[in-house]
Amino acid sequence: MGLTTKLDAAVNWARKFSLFQYPFVTACCGMEFMSVAAPKYDIARFGAEFPRFSPRQADLLIIVGTITERQGPALRRIYEQMCEPKWVVAFGVCASTGGFYQNYSTMPGADQAIPVDVYIPGCPPRPEQVLDGLIMLQERIQRGEGHNQIVIANEKAAMNAQKLGIAYDVPATAIRPRIEASKG
Amino acid sequence: MAQIVLDRLAAQFRSGEILQTGSQHGDEWVRVRRDAWVAVATFLRDDPVTDMKMFIDLTAVDRFSTEPRFDVVVHLYSVSRKHRIRLYGGVPENDPTIDTLCPVWEGANWYEREAYDLYGVRFKGHPDLRRILMYPEFVGHPLRKDYPKEKRQPLVRRSQTDVGD
Amino acid sequence: MSATGHPPETRRVVLGYQDAEDLGAPDLPTEPVPLNMGPSHPAMHGTVRMVLEVEGERISSADIQIGYLHRCFEKESEYATWTQIFPYTDRLNYISPMLNNVGYAMAVEKLLGIDKTIPERAQFIRVIVGEVSRISDHLTCLGASAMELGAFTVFLYALKAREWLFELLEEVCGARLTSSYCRIGGVAYDLPAGFDEKLRDILARTRVVLSDIGKLLERNRIFRDRMDGIGIITQADALAYGITGPVGRSTGLAYDVRKDHPYLVYDRFDFDVPVGSVGDNFDRYAVRVEEMLQSMRILDQALAQIPAGPVVHMDPRISLPPKNETYNSIEAMIAHFKIIMDGIHVPPGEVYSYTEAGNGELGFYIVSDGTGRPWKCRVRPPCFPATAVLGKVLPGLFIADVVPTFGMINMIGGECDR
Repeated sequence: MGLTTKLDAAVNWARKFSLFQYPFVTACCGMEFMSVAAPKYDIARFGAEFPRFSPRQADLLIIVGTITERQGPALRRIYEQMCEPKWVVAFGVCASTGGFYQNYSTMPGADQAIPVDVYIPGCPPRPEQVLDGLIMLQERIQRGEGHNQIVIANEKAAMNAQKLGIAYDVPATAIRPRIEASKG
Repeated sequence: MAQIVLDRLAAQFRSGEILQTGSQHGDEWVRVRRDAWVAVATFLRDDPVTDMKMFIDLTAVDRFSTEPRFDVVVHLYSVSRKHRIRLYGGVPENDPTIDTLCPVWEGANWYEREAYDLYGVRFKGHPDLRRILMYPEFVGHPLRKDYPKEKRQPLVRRSQTDVGD
Repeated sequence: MSATGHPPETRRVVLGYQDAEDLGAPDLPTEPVPLNMGPSHPAMHGTVRMVLEVEGERISSADIQIGYLHRCFEKESEYATWTQIFPYTDRLNYISPMLNNVGYAMAVEKLLGIDKTIPERAQFIRVIVGEVSRISDHLTCLGASAMELGAFTVFLYALKAREWLFELLEEVCGARLTSSYCRIGGVAYDLPAGFDEKLRDILARTRVVLSDIGKLLERNRIFRDRMDGIGIITQADALAYGITGPVGRSTGLAYDVRKDHPYLVYDRFDFDVPVGSVGDNFDRYAVRVEEMLQSMRILDQALAQIPAGPVVHMDPRISLPPKNETYNSIEAMIAHFKIIMDGIHVPPGEVYSYTEAGNGELGFYIVSDGTGRPWKCRVRPPCFPATAVLGKVLPGLFIADVVPTFGMINMIGGECDR
């Protein structure tokens, strides 16, 4: 990961306090998501207030609820449509690991399809837990450690290295891979 | 509770269409011969004494080790007379078909699609028999007893070597 | 039963818009365009995909595709013991989880033959938490639907009231949403001290919230234009599809399981069942508001009549022994162990048990083979036929009409897809 300059720190500070969320709501966690957005627990205090229901306008994808195998391609497509830098939060155990559903239709965690930055466990998580997860995400954004931020930083470093004629090994963990349709 | 329904059926169908009747825990049930499925259903809907205008449920049960393997189970209700009935239609494994009830109650459409999707029972004459809960690429009928619970058929997976995207 | 509705003549004036033909404008040429709504869309009501064919703005055909939240309730039930299924039932209609718990518990008790011997206090508690859950169900439905039409304030008011109910339920069972509170034979814990006063206080405040919401919506030109006369479901369709609950009652079909086949202690309470007349979106809204007020009536009476007593049917084969016995006597410990590990041994048989859930008749069709795990545990979901009828109701409406119509059907993905 490259060095973060003061400019990067300032930009990350702005990003973390103005997250435009795309709530990908599927199941019961949606009810607690509504509670987090409601006046008592108020996610607006953290800057992540108004949901943007188009992936093109959002930078935080919150996966709320169980992801089924049928939902996988839709989730993937929405993630790809988001503009960078983008972050992903898995809200609830179903989105994190599949929850207590272990069967032919439930994807064992949304991270089977897209990379996830912060996992918030709970079934459903209490709103305070969600806010804790959000603060954790904000700290990650500030340090530049979101998955997508790392990929962008590495691409930038590789481009700069190419311009200067220096060899630069992009770490294998930060290459933007091709997506394959599963043959399983 | 719904003995009158059983009596009307016994009076109307005398050539062996009604294989068995019974009452358990306050629920009356009728086992119907497969070829008389629509006839019995239509009678239950139209007869003024039974008046089963409301279609409640259609599902299938995989008995697995008894013959016939599948039972299509239909629950009907009469709002005016306040009685219920359960119909069983036995469907064997080598010929898992039965007539559709869509012409009798429109609501049977989605329920039959679900029974087809999860059990593999085909409904003859159904206007649009395709999967409803599983995706079209899915192979197999998951609620059958011989389908393993955790056998997934994923559509999309990240490649295993990445963390980036 | 009280009727809500509005005569057709005033509807036409309220509607205001007229078709192009009425205005004498020539028909513009259009060709059918497929439009995809979902499976992830802002109507936060669960995940469903509607493939619409539109000509201009009018829908000519609608293919409703569900199954995006199929979490295999039935398959999981076949591998879980009877008591382990309670958490799965919570997540069926997840905006009123207590009602699902009650419905499932009653089905298993019917098969065990103990449905008439549940202690009275447990029955009252089930009614109370069930009605609290029903109020929270309707608040969520109305709040979310109003938000989709642009009335964000109504959403915040409804969630404010729902938050009080969640905190109350958290005191009762430990969880705000997914309660798993009922057990076979009764309920898991007794009501906490001070529950009475807290609930009465919350009901008083919720009545104020409901009246505020009514003032914001009921005479609001925008709300009425978008809801009146839109999405009409006929009574014949309600019967053919098996649509019950607020959606079924809005069509004029006077069927409520609590009145027609009273279960638990519902026959001791005096309450009305609102029935609509037109079957449009506004009727569904009005029926839900009225049902909430009737639920509060039931709660007032239940709190006044609830007796003292045990909260679970004490039978060592069915319910867990009290904790002090479990820790101090070997027989109780073994009984506890057997119930947890093997499950309750329910005698072989089949039963269909039905209750009035938030969306209508919630049925559980259970097949037992005599072991501690079910052979089949089917849920008859009340919003499944209501979603199916949309394929018939949507053609002819505008694209924008899909939002209030779908919202008022209250399709909950967990219940529809199981």
